Amino acid sequence: MNRQAQAAILFLTGAALLHAGFTNLYLRYVKAGLQPLLLASGAVLIVTALATVWYEWRGRRNGDAEDHDHHQQGQGDAHGHGDTHGHADGHLHGEGHVHREPRISWLLVLPLLALILVAPPALGSYSAMRTGTALQQPYGYDKLPADGPLDLNVVDYATRAVYDHGRSIAGRPIRITGFVALDRTGAPYLVRMALNCCAADAQPVKIALTGRIPPVLEPDKWLEVTGTYTARRTKDPVNNGPIPYFRVTSASPVPTPKDPYDESWNN
Amino acid sequence: MAITKPAPTAKPAPTGADRHEPVRTAPGPKPEETPGVGRETQETQDFPQAKGALKGNSAPDASRSPEDNRSPEGKDSRSSLVLTMVLLLLVLLQGPIRGALSAPVMQSWMTVFVAVLVQALPFLVLGVLLSAAIAVFVPPAFFARALPSRPALAVPVAGMAGAMLPGCECASVPVAGALVRRGVTPAAALAFLLSAPAINPIVLTATAVAFPRNPEMVVGRFVASLLVSCVMGWLWQRLGRTDWLRTPERSHYEGPSKSAAFWNSVRHDVMHAGGFLVVGAMAAATLKAVAPASWLRTAAQNPLVAILALAVLAVLLSICSEADAFVAASLTQFSLTAKLAFLVVGPMIDLKLFAMQAGTFGRGFALRFAPATFCLAIAGAVLTGAVLL
Repeated sequence: MNRQAQAAILFLTGAALLHAGFTNLYLRYVKAGLQPLLLASGAVLIVTALATVWYEWRGRRNGDAEDHDHHQQGQGDAHGHGDTHGHADGHLHGEGHVHREPRISWLLVLPLLALILVAPPALGSYSAMRTGTALQQPYGYDKLPADGPLDLNVVDYATRAVYDHGRSIAGRPIRITGFVALDRTGAPYLVRMALNCCAADAQPVKIALTGRIPPVLEPDKWLEVTGTYTARRTKDPVNNGPIPYFRVTSASPVPTPKDPYDESWNN
Repeated sequence: MAITKPAPTAKPAPTGADRHEPVRTAPGPKPEETPGVGRETQETQDFPQAKGALKGNSAPDASRSPEDNRSPEGKDSRSSLVLTMVLLLLVLLQGPIRGALSAPVMQSWMTVFVAVLVQALPFLVLGVLLSAAIAVFVPPAFFARALPSRPALAVPVAGMAGAMLPGCECASVPVAGALVRRGVTPAAALAFLLSAPAINPIVLTATAVAFPRNPEMVVGRFVASLLVSCVMGWLWQRLGRTDWLRTPERSHYEGPSKSAAFWNSVRHDVMHAGGFLVVGAMAAATLKAVAPASWLRTAAQNPLVAILALAVLAVLLSICSEADAFVAASLTQFSLTAKLAFLVVGPMIDLKLFAMQAGTFGRGFALRFAPATFCLAIAGAVLTGAVLL
C-alpha cells in the first residue's frame, strides 16, 4: 500500500469517525461518553492523512534538489538496519521513496465500508435472546412521582419488580419502552440492551409480556407498552436469571430512541 | 544517483540505482505475513502475471530471494488502483451486499465488529500518539535515568508505571513498542504492557462500580495483575531471547524534521496496528455472534472448569478492559475467583491483543508470549483469589 492509499484510508476512517460522532450513529455502537474521544481521534486521523500527503508532496518537490545529500545519508542509514528488516521501508527521508505497509493494513477498509455503506443497526432481538438477562440487584431505588402514570425504563421496572417485589409500582399504570423479542415458542419479551462501553459488552434486560398483547409482534420493533405490575415471574433459560412479567393493557409502536441502549449502569 | 520515485503510472523498470538500494533488497523475515487473513489479503496478491513480468524485467541478483523480487514500485502503483476498484465495486454492488448482510446473524456480527473498532480506535490513536511522542521527543537517556539500571528492579517499577496510562489495552501495545525501541529493557516494557490496561485508575474505578458488594475484587484485580505482569517480566528476563522479539524498525522514527518523524510514526502505527485490530475485532465479533451462551451454564458447575471457562471467555470476547468488570459481574453463576480470572486474563491477552502483539513484536514473539501470559494469569488469579476472596 503506498502512501497515497494510506492517506486515503486514514482520511476516510477519520471522516467516518467524525460523521458517526456528530450524528447519533455512534450511539448504536458505543456509550455516549465516548463522543469527545471519537471526535478527537477522527480529527487526529484526518490530520495524519493531511500530514502524510503534505510530506509526500514536499518531499517530492525537494527531492531533486536534495538528492545528493539524501544519497549520502541514505547509504549509511540503510546499511545500518537494512539487513535486519525485511520490509522495504523506503523511508529514508520520507520522500521520493515508496513506503509500503504490510498487506494487513488493507483490512482497515472493511470497518470503513461497514460503517459508511451498511451502518449496522444496534444490537436487537437476535443477540438479546442468545444472552441471559443481566438484571442485578441495585444499590437503592429513586423516588417515583406520587401520582399519575409512571414512565419507567425496562431496567427500572425489572429491578423494582424482582428485587423490590413491586412495592413501589404495584397498582399504578406504568409505561415502558423497549424492543420486541420472541423466544423459540413465540412468547413475547420487551427488551432493552444495557451497555457499559461498546456493543460487544451489551447485555439484555428482559421483561416478559402478558395481558392484551398486540396480535402481531415483529421482533426488533420498538414498542411503548402501558399496563400494570404483576407478581408473576419466570427464569431466563440461558442463565436462569429472573424475568418479571408485565400485564399489558395497550401497546403502540414508537420510533427507535436516540440512544438505543440503556446506559444507566454507567454512572 | 537519483533516488526518485517513478510516477505512479510509469512502468516499473528497475535501474542500477534500485538494485543498489540496500533497504529494499534486504532479505530477512517477512513480518507482514499473517496467518488467518488469507482471503482478505488475496486481493492484493492475485497479480501473478504482473509479478512474473517484473521478475523478467529485473536482472537476476543472487542475493535476492524470489519473494523479494517483487518490485515495490509495481506493487505500489497498483495499491491505489486496487483501493479505487474495491471501493467502486462495493458501491456498485451495494444492493446485493445489503441483502446478504441483512440476516440477523450477520447484522449482529457487523454491529459487534464495528462497535469493537469504534470503541478501540480512539484508544489506539491515543496510544499511537503517545508512542510517537516517546519515540520522537523523549531522549533515550530519560528512560535510562527513570528506570533502575538492574532489569530485575526495572520490571516492578515499569509494572507500577502502568497505573499511569489511563485507557484500555489497545493503547498499551504501541506504547510498549516505543519503549522497547527507546532502549527500555524488554522485560520492563513487557511488564508495563501487561499491567497498564489492568491497574490504571479508570479500570479500577469501573471494577469498584461493577462490584459494589465486593470491594476486595478491586484489590484482588490490582494485586493479581501487578503480580502476573512482574512475573512475566522476570520470566522474559531469564528465558527470553532477543531474536524472538522483532523490534519494530527504527526508521519510522526518523525524518527530515521532528514533526515529519512524528506524523510518519503515527501514520505507520495506525495503519499497522489498525490492521491487526481489525483481525481481532473480526474474531471477537464471530464469537459473540455465533458461540452459544448456554455452555457457560454447564461450565459454572465445576469450580475448576469454571475458572478455565471464564479465562477462555476473556480471551475470546476481547472486551475493553474498562468494561469487562460489568460483564464479569453479570456472570452471576460463577465464583468470585473465576470472575477474577476473567478480569486478570482479559486485559493481558485476548484475540485482539494477540493480533496486535503479533503485529508489533512479531509472530514468533506472540506465539510464545501469549500462552505463557495466559497460564500465569490464571495461576496469579487463583492464588490471589485463594488469599483474598
